[in-house]
Amino acid sequence: MMSTDLLATAYLLSAVLFIFGIKGLASPKTARRGNLLAMAGMGLAVLAVLSSPDISQYSWIIAGIVGGAVIGSVLALKVQMTAMPQLVAMFNSLVGLAAVLIALVSFINHGANAAHYSALFMTELAIGSIVGAITFTGSLVAFGKLQGIVSSSAVSFPGRHFFNLLLLTGMVALSVYFAIDQSLWIWAAITGIAALLGILLVISIGGADMPVVVSVLNCYSGWAAAITGFTLNNELMIITGALVGASGAILSYIMCRAMNRSIVNVLIGGFGQTAADSSAVDLGDRSVKAAAPADAAFMMENGNKVIIVPGYGMAVAQAQHAVSELVDLLIKRQVTVKFAIHPVAGRMPGHMNVLLAEADISYDLVFEMDEINAEFATADVALVIGANDVINPAARSDKNSPIYGMPILDVDRAQQVFVIKRSMSPGYAGVDNSLFYQDNCSLVFGDAKQVCEAILQAID
Amino acid sequence: MSLILFSVYIFVLACFVGYQVVWGVTPALHTPLMSLTNAISGIVVIGAVLVTGAAEADTTTKIVGFFAVLLASTNIFGGFLVTQRMLAMFRKKS
Repeated sequence: MMSTDLLATAYLLSAVLFIFGIKGLASPKTARRGNLLAMAGMGLAVLAVLSSPDISQYSWIIAGIVGGAVIGSVLALKVQMTAMPQLVAMFNSLVGLAAVLIALVSFINHGANAAHYSALFMTELAIGSIVGAITFTGSLVAFGKLQGIVSSSAVSFPGRHFFNLLLLTGMVALSVYFAIDQSLWIWAAITGIAALLGILLVISIGGADMPVVVSVLNCYSGWAAAITGFTLNNELMIITGALVGASGAILSYIMCRAMNRSIVNVLIGGFGQTAADSSAVDLGDRSVKAAAPADAAFMMENGNKVIIVPGYGMAVAQAQHAVSELVDLLIKRQVTVKFAIHPVAGRMPGHMNVLLAEADISYDLVFEMDEINAEFATADVALVIGANDVINPAARSDKNSPIYGMPILDVDRAQQVFVIKRSMSPGYAGVDNSLFYQDNCSLVFGDAKQVCEAILQAID
Repeated sequence: MSLILFSVYIFVLACFVGYQVVWGVTPALHTPLMSLTNAISGIVVIGAVLVTGAAEADTTTKIVGFFAVLLASTNIFGGFLVTQRMLAMFRKKS
């Protein structure tokens, strides 16, 4: 048995360990230690709560922890690195559902003690359930889109915004009423509406906006934890929830900034559909040049510096291991090789970095957009693998383009650009890429993995 | 100071701490950051344990509580393990 003060001290220590854990991610050198510190913080928190005098029975709790340990470990050890966005989305949904269940149980438990709840408690319960339910279903839809179960394009229906607004108004009205009526049915109605809203909000957002969606839902899962902390008067949950919420909010901001779009614009959804017709830019009779993998191989092995730009196409084709071999080979031939990563490359923040790390590519070769953009002018070859909108020079110059103002990787400034691409189809924004028509750009058509392997053979 | 205001104090200050710490994270590790924050948002396990183990909990609430503990624990174990797996891959070749 632990005294309340001792318990609170243990919680404080946990919170400090979590903060140091996140701080560790400032560099790959300290990151693993950071994760271990955060694990220690979690272990401490769980041991502390289990030994608190408030707990009067253990069997269900232990069963839950053991079950979670087994399921969680299996998921974590089996997941492929390309499927990380799905896994994160799924974990977010679990936190959301857990928050809803906790709200439900504390509502019922509370009824055993008090005849009438305070309006504050009811409001906290309602907010906790709403945020939890939106996180739960929204993350499930995001998971479905990333996994390919749900259409990854933006699904829309007429009157969508009006309908969502109607649901929102109804939900808020019911929440106010809930403070007075306090019946389980109203709780269920509020939670049900929130769950429906979660589905509708995410289903209308297109696949390439998933980095923002996953970040926002990560943020919500933090708020859900914090509000649960308010309901149960638990400071550790409040602090931790705030940390997670801040993290998700910052990542959302970084992703939006990297697309030059507002968070509202992304969350309202529908991007990539209306864009298609407004972008019928007259390209005249300019034509693109196609090149063979051997041409790219020749230019790269005889150059001094090659910058590789990986995009989601590399992940889809699972080309990262072939790319890694290519890098080793080029380095052996005294060619300087660097990677340039756009913040929204892939389906979640930092997705490309993990894939490159998995393929055993040294992290000191991998650079962020701001660090490397000036270097394209001195590169002999820029090799683009499955990226499109993030290298479109129209973002710099064409005021009518839907992606105008979006920061891009300046690959067009390299001596020669090779773009590995499956077809001429436009990128997510539905915009034609003016880079492809430049004199220093050649397209290598084909599957990213096969093309990279062909380049490898040509160099050997 | 009322209890709720005390909680709001803690919440607001923790948001500032989070803001400072997260901006220090290198963009290369944003995916591990997400999976780590995923794992620590499993802190709702504390709440799940408290409501499940409460003296007034009956069988129904214990079962619902069990699922809450299960979900939060899945997050904790899965989140930390997958973060460790990812971080182990970030190496510098000589």
